[in-house]
Amino acid sequence: MTPRRDAYDGVAVAAPVTVPYLRYSTRGAHWFVAQAVRALTQACGLAKEHIDGLTVSSFSLAPDTAVGVTQHLGLTPRWLDHIPTGGAAGVMALRRAARAVQAGDAEVVACVAADTNHVDSFRQMLGSFSSFARDAGYPYGAGGPNSIFAIVTAHYMRAFRAKREDFGRIAVDQRANALKNPNALFKKALSLDEYMAARVIAEPIHLYDCVMPCAGAEAFLVMREARARDLGLPYAIVRGAIERHNAYAEDPILVRGGWRVDRDELYAQAGACPSDIDFVQTYDDYPVVVMMQFEDLGFCDKGAGPEFVRSRTMTHDGTFPNNTSGGQLSSGQAGAAGGFLGMTEAIRQLTGQAGEHAVAGARLGLVAGYGMLTYDRCLCSGAVILGRAS
Amino acid sequence: MTMPLLPPRRKNPLLRTQQINLPPQARSRVALGLTAAAAEGRLELQVCSDCASVQYPPREACHHCLSPRLRWRPQSGEGVLLGATTLHHSNDPFFRERLPWRLGLVRLTAGPALLVHLHGEVGEAPAPVQVGVRLDRAGQAVLIGLPRERSEHMADDRMLREMTSNPKFRKVLVTDGKSAVGQAIVRALVESGADLVWVGHAEPWKKPPGFADLGSLPQVTPVPLDLSNGRSVSELAGEIGGKVDIVVNNADVHRTCGIAARPGTDVARAEMEINYFGLLRLAQAFGPPLKARSADGVTHACAWVNLLSIYALSNYPPHGTYSASKAAALSLSQCLRAELQPAGIRVIHLFPGPIDDEWNQNLPPPKLAAAAIAAAVVEALREGVEDVYPGEVAQEWLERWRDNPKVLERELAAGGH
Repeated sequence: MTPRRDAYDGVAVAAPVTVPYLRYSTRGAHWFVAQAVRALTQACGLAKEHIDGLTVSSFSLAPDTAVGVTQHLGLTPRWLDHIPTGGAAGVMALRRAARAVQAGDAEVVACVAADTNHVDSFRQMLGSFSSFARDAGYPYGAGGPNSIFAIVTAHYMRAFRAKREDFGRIAVDQRANALKNPNALFKKALSLDEYMAARVIAEPIHLYDCVMPCAGAEAFLVMREARARDLGLPYAIVRGAIERHNAYAEDPILVRGGWRVDRDELYAQAGACPSDIDFVQTYDDYPVVVMMQFEDLGFCDKGAGPEFVRSRTMTHDGTFPNNTSGGQLSSGQAGAAGGFLGMTEAIRQLTGQAGEHAVAGARLGLVAGYGMLTYDRCLCSGAVILGRAS
Repeated sequence: MTMPLLPPRRKNPLLRTQQINLPPQARSRVALGLTAAAAEGRLELQVCSDCASVQYPPREACHHCLSPRLRWRPQSGEGVLLGATTLHHSNDPFFRERLPWRLGLVRLTAGPALLVHLHGEVGEAPAPVQVGVRLDRAGQAVLIGLPRERSEHMADDRMLREMTSNPKFRKVLVTDGKSAVGQAIVRALVESGADLVWVGHAEPWKKPPGFADLGSLPQVTPVPLDLSNGRSVSELAGEIGGKVDIVVNNADVHRTCGIAARPGTDVARAEMEINYFGLLRLAQAFGPPLKARSADGVTHACAWVNLLSIYALSNYPPHGTYSASKAAALSLSQCLRAELQPAGIRVIHLFPGPIDDEWNQNLPPPKLAAAAIAAAVVEALREGVEDVYPGEVAQEWLERWRDNPKVLERELAAGGH
């Protein structure tokens, strides 16, 4: 029997910050990291010298890693982690930072994800994203993640009788949420007809199934609850968290993610069940992945995703609020910050900072992460359940 | 079904000739094992020597048992299509110019899932697929999903044609039409649909049997070409260089002698003059125009074939100076390959064993018929391979050479062959 994992008792997640997204920027990644750390210090009222733990997630920081950032920004942390896992980086950073503050290895941990986006930098990143991508992915049409997720979507549609309209519902509802989020890059409403009529990118994926790469940053602080109270910071608490890498490696094509392996433990740790969750922030690089998360995180059975979305509204004021910030599909994908977007949004929802896109009375939110398409699927999955502090 | 390729229309001389962009060519060292087998037309994947797991993408250790003992082994390529897409967008200029582009994920019967370029005739998932390997325009191995059943015009598939050098509708220069091998190559090219074959003849006063008949084929145009003469080569290049799509360099001087049997250097020099310097002259004159036209429509310039010899691998003492000239030609041709590769022009090496001609009169069979060489040339162009060892002798030498080149050297020195 697996020994019970320690709970994340006493850990506070606070100070959600967003460095506004830009389609392209001539600044380096360090600029966005710096602006995020600066915003964190302003949000918590602490001088940067009091930030004694740091995690950094970025794809455009090379040749630097987290350690280079310390000198660049004049930080002297006693605990440091580089978490280059893209869409899963938010959940992973939180889990690591939470254990560090529980153990006393750090008192205030800044978790930062930031990326810049130069003209052409996305293309350059694709070919060198992983050794498998270089050898066995990119030479096949150089479509980037669109290629694989188009094939995965086509397979899912065939296997579970999903229609394009089902994915459209996800995208359209997220756009409705984005219109109330001042940080979202997309400012125009999207109708299902417009979604259906969009130009094809990689059949069956069309334009509004794809995220727009951009520059920006997301960040938050992790500390003990007592410290957050001392600082007068609104915070959320960590009820449970899981991660899994290279799950279901024997599946010949992606139909399920690693959440499914650990979800029972997640809910047990949180003392909750899926119906208790007030909102979800799924990782939305493509709508098919959102649908898989609904299934694999236990909101519906495998293959029931299409029916699930047909019978729910996923706006912040709907019956099943999903990606209440608009998600990456409508906010933009600022590289690794895309893996933090759901986390900062969930903290805002649970600390009364979500403004017009608030989920009324939300007490429990689930944030899922999914990242690192190295060859034929993303390898990292994770999820965390955050709760409102009592 | 693939629509048969139609003869291309005459090029509009006012339009700019399209320049080549290569598909992504970076690979890890371990992944080049796929390319090494593809260069000879074989699909090989790494197989664990300890647990027999088939690996893909290429790895440094077995994903099943962590053994480092991974060997490249031939695969049948049988599989089932799990899902497919047609790209209408690409981040890379090569593919952007060739959209839409079909891709699929195939589960091999042998285990792994492979992302492949997908031939137009493969049906919707879950269709059966035959995975093959081809060298792409960058010279790197790529996997391609083909239909299980071959059809008449499947070679005309846009994607497949991009990865091969099919002579159909192309214009070819064969540097020597006087030898039996040269004449067989010309006939085979005409039969495979070449639009025009220029046939070099060095000494117009010589009238070898068959040469006059060759000239009566409507596709064939004899041209004066003497590879030992720089002016002859550059004059011909000035005349036809901008039109040639494929060069087949079969010009060859072959005398039977080692070092002591024939005093002086005249014969060795004559061999080098054609086999090595002739190739050099030809490459300097025809290489640049070939490179300039490597994306020029459906019949763009695409390939260069050098007729080498299996003796290029290891010296065969009874034909010692000839072996040396072919070894020199091989080395130079590797340089040519490196220089033409950035333009996407494929350099094909043919390593035949002894050909059944007058210079191999005293060798025992098996010997290669001229028609077998010609068939090997056409097949290499059609299948898009890079190194060809036609015939049983060449195959056996290759195996011995790969097994242990020193042992082969000793065997040849001791009078074996």
